[in-house]
This record gives sequence, C-alpha cells and structure tokens, in this order.
Amino acid sequence: MVAEIGQFVLILALITAIFQGVFPLIGAARNSQPMMRFANNAAFVQFAAITAAFICLTVGYITSDFSILNVANNSHSLKPMLYKISGVWGNHEGSLLLWSWILALFGLAVAVFGRNLPDSLKARVLSVQGLVGVGFLMFILFTSNPFERIDPAPLDGSGLNPLLQDPGLAFHPPFLYLGYVGLSITFSFAIAALIEGKVDPAWARWVRPWTLAAWGFLTIGIALGSWWAYYELGWGGWWFWDPVENASFMPWLAATALLHSAIVVEKRDALKNWTILLAIVAFSLSLLGTFLVRSGVLNSVHAFATDPARGVFILMFLIVVIGGSLLLYGIRAPMMKGGGLFAPISREGALVLNNLLLSTATATILLGTLYPIFLDAITGAKVSVGPPYFEATFIPLAIPLIIAMAFGPFLAWKRGDLAGVVSRLKFALLLSLLLVGVIWWQQTDTPIMALVGLGLFGWLVIGSLLEWTERIKLFRGPLSASWRRMTQLPRSAHGMTVAHIGVALVILGITASETWQTEHLGVMRPGEIVSVGGYDFRFDGAETVAGPNYDAVRGTFLASTGIEKGVYLYPEQRRYSDPPMETTEAAIRPMLSADLYAVIGEEDGKGGYAVRIYHKPFISWIWIGAFVMFLGGALSLSDRRLRLGAARRARQQEAATESLSGAKG
Amino acid sequence: MRIRFLIPVVTFVGIAAMMWYALFNLNPTEIPTEFVSKPAPEFSLEPVPGYGPGLAQEDLATGKVILLNVFASWCVACMAEHPFFMELKAQDTVDIFGLNYKDTPDGAAKWLARHGNPYKRTGMDLKGRVGIDFGVYGVPETFVISPDGKILDKIIGPVSPDMFESRIRPLLNEAGS
Amino acid sequence: MKSSFRLLMLSMLLAPFLVLSATAVFIEEKLKDPVLEARALEISAEIRCLVCQNQSILDSNAELAKDLRQIVRERIALGESDEEVRGFLVDRYGDWVLLNPPFKISTVFLWLGPAVIFILGAFAMVVFLRGRNRLVEDESRTKLSTTEEAEVNRLLKSDETGQNS
Repeated sequence: MVAEIGQFVLILALITAIFQGVFPLIGAARNSQPMMRFANNAAFVQFAAITAAFICLTVGYITSDFSILNVANNSHSLKPMLYKISGVWGNHEGSLLLWSWILALFGLAVAVFGRNLPDSLKARVLSVQGLVGVGFLMFILFTSNPFERIDPAPLDGSGLNPLLQDPGLAFHPPFLYLGYVGLSITFSFAIAALIEGKVDPAWARWVRPWTLAAWGFLTIGIALGSWWAYYELGWGGWWFWDPVENASFMPWLAATALLHSAIVVEKRDALKNWTILLAIVAFSLSLLGTFLVRSGVLNSVHAFATDPARGVFILMFLIVVIGGSLLLYGIRAPMMKGGGLFAPISREGALVLNNLLLSTATATILLGTLYPIFLDAITGAKVSVGPPYFEATFIPLAIPLIIAMAFGPFLAWKRGDLAGVVSRLKFALLLSLLLVGVIWWQQTDTPIMALVGLGLFGWLVIGSLLEWTERIKLFRGPLSASWRRMTQLPRSAHGMTVAHIGVALVILGITASETWQTEHLGVMRPGEIVSVGGYDFRFDGAETVAGPNYDAVRGTFLASTGIEKGVYLYPEQRRYSDPPMETTEAAIRPMLSADLYAVIGEEDGKGGYAVRIYHKPFISWIWIGAFVMFLGGALSLSDRRLRLGAARRARQQEAATESLSGAKG
Repeated sequence: MRIRFLIPVVTFVGIAAMMWYALFNLNPTEIPTEFVSKPAPEFSLEPVPGYGPGLAQEDLATGKVILLNVFASWCVACMAEHPFFMELKAQDTVDIFGLNYKDTPDGAAKWLARHGNPYKRTGMDLKGRVGIDFGVYGVPETFVISPDGKILDKIIGPVSPDMFESRIRPLLNEAGS
Repeated sequence: MKSSFRLLMLSMLLAPFLVLSATAVFIEEKLKDPVLEARALEISAEIRCLVCQNQSILDSNAELAKDLRQIVRERIALGESDEEVRGFLVDRYGDWVLLNPPFKISTVFLWLGPAVIFILGAFAMVVFLRGRNRLVEDESRTKLSTTEEAEVNRLLKSDETGQNS
C-alpha cells in the first residue's frame, strides 16, 4: 500500500511542479498578482507531496517490505536500523528522491522567507525552481521509480553494499545534495534576474546567504566523503582525484568563487554579469556531476550503461537546463550595465583575482576529468588522467590564491594601498619565513613543497589574524574599546577570518601528513613489536568475532611511546554475507599531533598477519580545517545583514549611497 | 563585443555533443588491446592435463584465422560464452585455442570435463604472467589471431553470437577470400 | 567473483563518490634493498589498476594489482630504469595505465590547456580592470569632491562595521 501512495503523491508533485513552473512565470510577465502568488501555494503542495513520498519509501525500508523492488535490492532484514534508513538514499532511485525533496524544501524556504522580495522576482525564482523540479520528478517517474513492485516478493533483501554501511557514508550524500541543491536556488535567482534584466545589490544580498549555505553543506559533504575514504579504504589515502570526487569538488570551487564575487555585487554593484554566469555554472557543474556519476560515461559507473535510458534522459535534461540558461545568458547579459568603478589594486581587484584563480582551477579540473572521454571520442585513444596531473595543475593555482587570501582583506574598497598592506603584513611574512627557517634548520632535507606548504600555512593564519586584530584595533587602545569593536564587527567579517584560517589548517594537515608520514607494511607475528613514528606497535594477535551481519578477523595492537600508558587499536577485516563482500576496517587513533592507523589483512598460515601501520602527523587537521571553514560559513550566515528581515533596511542604506553617487555624476 | 557572452553556451554545446557521442559509442571500462597487427608475445605453456598438446607462440601461426580464448574454471562469465564455443566447434567454424588463466590443473580439467572442450589446444598460465604479456586484465577475453600469428582484435567479456557476427566473422571472411 | 564485482560497480552509482577496495590485504614479498622497494612503490603509485576503476595499483587490493606490483618489483630488481618499467606496462596495456599522462600530441591540450585558460582569463581580467580603472580616473578628474568621497567612504565603512544596521 505504501508504494502505491508514494507513487501517487509523486505524480501529484510532478503535476504541481509543472504548474509552479508555468503560471508564476506568465503571471510575472503579465503582472498578474494571483498568478504570481500561486507560486507560494504550489511550492507548499510540492513540498508536502514529496515529503509524503519520502516517508512512504522510508516506511518501506523500516518495515523491510521486500515487495518493493528498491527495498529488496538494497536492504536486508538483518541490517541495523541506521543503515535501513540510510539505505533509503543509498541507492540511485532513493537518492534522486532525496534530491527532489531538498529541492522542494528549498523552494518552500524561498516562498516562506522571501516575503520582502519583489513579487515578480520571487515568482520567477519559484518558477525556475519548479521547472528544475519537473525535470527531476520526470526522471524519477519515467526511468528510476523507487516504488516499483516485485512479484513474487523475495524472502529477504539482497542487502546494502557493506562499504556503504558506515556512519560517514550514511550522512555524506545528504550533505552533498544539500549543497548541490542549495546552488539550484542561486541558479534560479540568476535566471530570474536575466529574465527581469536587472541585478542590484539587493539581489546579491539574497543570493549570498544561499551560496553560503550551499557552500557550507558542500564543504561538510566533501569532508565526510574524504574522511570515509580515509578510514574505510585502508590505505590511509583521503583524496584520489577520482572523477566522482572531482564532480563534487568543481561545484565547490565554483561556489567559492561565487561567494566572493557576490560580495562585489552586494557592496559595489559591479561584476554582475560574471556573478550571474558563476551562479549558472556552479549549479550546472552539480548537474554535470550527477550525469557523470550516473550515466556510465565515466569509468566509475559502468553498470548503469545497462540502462542507457537514464543516461539519455539526464543528458537531455542537462542540455535543456544548462544549454537553455547559458543561451539566455548570452542573449540577456549584454544588456546589464556594470556599476561601481574601482582601481586594480583594491578589494574588488583582489576578489577578481580570486575569481580568476578559482575559475581557472575549476576549468582545469573539468578539462582533466573530461579529457579521457574527449580523446576517446575523437581519436579512440585511451588515456588516464590521475592525481599527478591534478596536483601539477592545481597546486600552482592554489599558491598565488593563498598568498592573495592574506592580502585581499587588507585592501580598501575602490582603491587600495598595496605598499601600506605589505608593510602591515611584514609581521606575517617574517613569522612565516621564521617558521620555514626553523623547520629547515631542524631537517635540512625537507622537501621544498613541504616548506612552501608550511610557509603558506603560517602566512595565511597570521595574515588573517592580523587583519582581524587591526579591525578591532587590538592593543591600539584600551581593551574594552577593542572588545566593543569586536562585538560590533559584523559576523560576516568574523566568518571570513574563521573560514580563511580553516583553509590554512587544511593546508597544514595536507602538507604535514604528506611529508612526515611513516609506515610499516609487512607481516607481523603475535608478540612482535615494530616502531613507527616514535610509537612502538605491539601485535597481540587476532581473533574471529561476529558482528550483526558480518564476521570479522579482529587484530589487537598496543601502541605506546614508552611514556604514556599506550592505546589499543582493533583493526578488522570483515566478511559480509549479503552481499558477499570483504571490507577492511582500519583502526584509527586520531590525535591532534598525529593519527595512528592500523590495518589487518590476510593470514600467512603460520600465525602471522599482513599488516599496515601508519603514523600520519597532523592529518586530522584536514577535517578539522574543513569543519572550521564550515563554521566560518555558518558565522557569516548568521550575520544580521544577511538575515532576511534586515534586507529592507540594507536596501534603504543602498539607496542613500546611490543618491549620493547620483549627485556626483 | 556581444560575441563573448556566447562563449559559455558554445563551450557547453561542445561538451554536450561529446557526451552524447560518448553515451552511445564509448565504453570506458574496455581497454582495447595494444597488440593490433603485432605478433603475439613469446610464450610456451603446458596443456591442461588430458587436453591436447601445449600452447606456444609459434602454434598460433596456423595459416588461418583462429581464436585464442582466455578462460578459467573460477570465472562465472566464461559459462556464458562456453555453449557458443561448443557450437562453433561442432560447426567447425573456427579453431579455438584455450589459455587457462590463473587456475589449478585439476580445476581446469574438471571444468572442461563437465562443460565440454571446445579447444584444439590448451595452455595453462598458472601464474598469470603470459596473460599479463598479452595485456589480459579480466576473464574472459578472446583474441582473434591472423594466419601468420598476429593479433587482429580482442573481445573483452563473453563472446555472444551477435558479437561474433559483427567483429569476428568479417576477419574470418577477409582472410578466407 | 564476477557477480560481486557487478555489485561493487552497482554500488558506485549510489554513493556520490566512491573509490572501491575489494578484498584482502595481501602478504607480499618485498625487495630486500629499501631504496629499490621505495622506487617500486613510487612507480606503483602512478600505475592505474585495470580492474578497480580508479585506483593506482599501489592503493588497490585487487589480485591483478598485486601481480602488477610484483612485476614492477621484478623489473626493478633486473636493473631497469623507472622509464623502462613503465614502458613494459605501457607495451601491454597502453597509455591507459599511466595515471600521469605522458606529454605527447594527443595530450597537448590536456597539459597546455590550464595555462591557456589562465592566460586568456588573465588577459580578460586585465582588460576588465583597466576599463574600470580608466573610468575611475576620468571620474576623479572631472567630479568627486573630497567631502563627497569622504561621505561615500563613511557609508561604505559603516556598512562594514555594522554601526548603522
């Protein structure tokens, strides 16, 4: 019964989405209030319908209703409840349903919170949002129906891939989708602005919180994914430049660029065309990622090629959405007038440089990801583009970006004083050079890239902190005055400092773990001790243990420095039966100074086991840094000027500025 | 000056056209053989016990087009093509040689006894090194070998009758005429 | 084996991103000389595993990856250079096995593309910034009284420190 209800409400959602996509658009063109208002109700109905559908599928999973094909294929009665629920979106059909649900949720958010948006803009935004929803709902209903029945129902399900039965991966997709779909809102705003032919700072003030939210979710989603790869794959790697990873990294880079360019639109009314283009591109890259992951065009996903209908559908959808919006951009963008003027050395100039570097990085990753397809299509030659390529091209773009990250915030709007900034950053330069010097003095054979990385870390942290202290005039007067300034500083300013420091922490984690990792790969017998990274690892043997839906060989290691008591590590080699598969569960002792990482493998028949032990200095800081970046985003998002009620007051202020510049010209 | 605003859409059209082509024509998991019109690598292998003489490089130059099929008793997909190979043998369409990949002599012999032997010659590649010399990366794979022992083509995965007609038959006819 | 492989591949569709490891951590014979062993691992890290989608043979637990690691070690033990070891694998599996694509005619655009994109972008940026700047200069030459300038800056600043909001 739930499946039929689910199916029915999905169809209802599709019909609502079609109306939502069409009527408000016509209403906005004819200036018809009722037709524009209809968008609000439609957004609400669509959300309610998809929520109901999602609940239906979840009920199917919780009750292990194997007469639903999707449940039978992806669940199992013995699976822990958490994974029964995460199984809902742990498969193609269910994940699309989650996508659509988030899309409807965000549409509803615009309808509810967008009270002070101009009517026509709001109607058009919701309309575009509805049209995107139509595409996804059609995709679900026509090619990937999660409510399909199977008769006769199997006695038990075939289970969820054990690699996916993991808390990190259970929550990785929802965050990623929140990010992707959050970008759909900025996309809808961009399209609405193109239709209206008008972009103003108020528009940017709307776009920026959505970009921030999407960016924050993407940051968390990507971090969760890499964290999962780190402990689940058993090699201690956390980023592989896999096409599927790139598919999430490209929208993140584009969103980062958008975040910064939207500031220029908001404050200075410039870079409008470019910001619109970025908003379109960021969402397009999310869609492109979806296509690449699910169509079988890339190497990750051959199995879907068995159903080419899906690939064809998504590609047609892409062509309509991306092609259509870029064409609209090509026609309408030339009519937009650029606003504020500024000198090359200025905050605006720095943000333009930021955008140049981020966009080039995005384009480079896109080129590397698509090149194998491109070459195969044209010459039939097969080539692989792997980590060495991406590192060789990404790092040279990242270095100037990070250098500029400390400069930018110091520069004044309109016209900055580079010499002044350099002199104010002297301290940061000196300290980071000192840091590099000390490291080099300690270990003269430190790789040059390690020195560069740590120098950049020092530069960015100190530079960001200097800028922050300068803003609150710390030590330039009484502390109470500084405190007052600090509390009065907008949260977005604090957010920027925090997020930039987060980036620095990620750089620290990457550089230190790559440079100073030590390892032991080999066979160990019970009682044997090896020394890795200053720790003695004693292997105490292995035993067989039973989990809820697997059996495992569990090894016991005692790691100690001789000073402290030591910690036990219990890596497992698990064997699942439904589906039959083996996984490696690394045992990790995360610490701020280093991670201890142990993996156990096959037995040699003589009581010895293949083991891998790693000591990875500072690696946790990669994820801590990502979380700090997210916190920075959240802090900015809580800025009262970005809060929705404040938009009107801000608009008044803008009007004051405008009348003034009007007086000038 | 207006043209520059069309750069994004033009770029996208290019990418989309490429995707469209890729979706219908490319298979990213297949890595075609590097040996087209090159002689087969040097090797010499013992036969599966009880199944004909062994197999070596010089045995491949037979004066006619033959197939060299990589198989193993542990390979599930091999069962899919096996009946078709038996049929080819019964009709005497083409000679098939078997390269038994990373198997045990006992396992291979039992498998052939149970499912029938379509092979004129067999060779046992116990350690998989000959397979690697041939660029094998999965089982089954089937090489089409020219009359003078050169590799003409490789089919990855089970050979179906359709695939035989479209990819192997033309090569047979070409050599025959 | 094949069916579990299919399942693996199927699962890839589900997770937004995924690099798969399959089976066991093997016991392997390493080269005695640590310098040679390090070289073998370094080469292996840039050889793509053929059966596991998108991992290097160093990072893969697949059986074929283990065999290829062993071959890399053997070739090194024979005294071959890194280039020769890679050549051995390329002869058999093509450029596809190299995660670091070689620079040749077919990859010219891949390797030069980023530089071209950057240069074009930088050119566009310079043109754009000069346009903005020239206007700024025109503006300051014609109008802009200091009091007005100060007022604009005050407003912009107040917006920043949030005093007015």
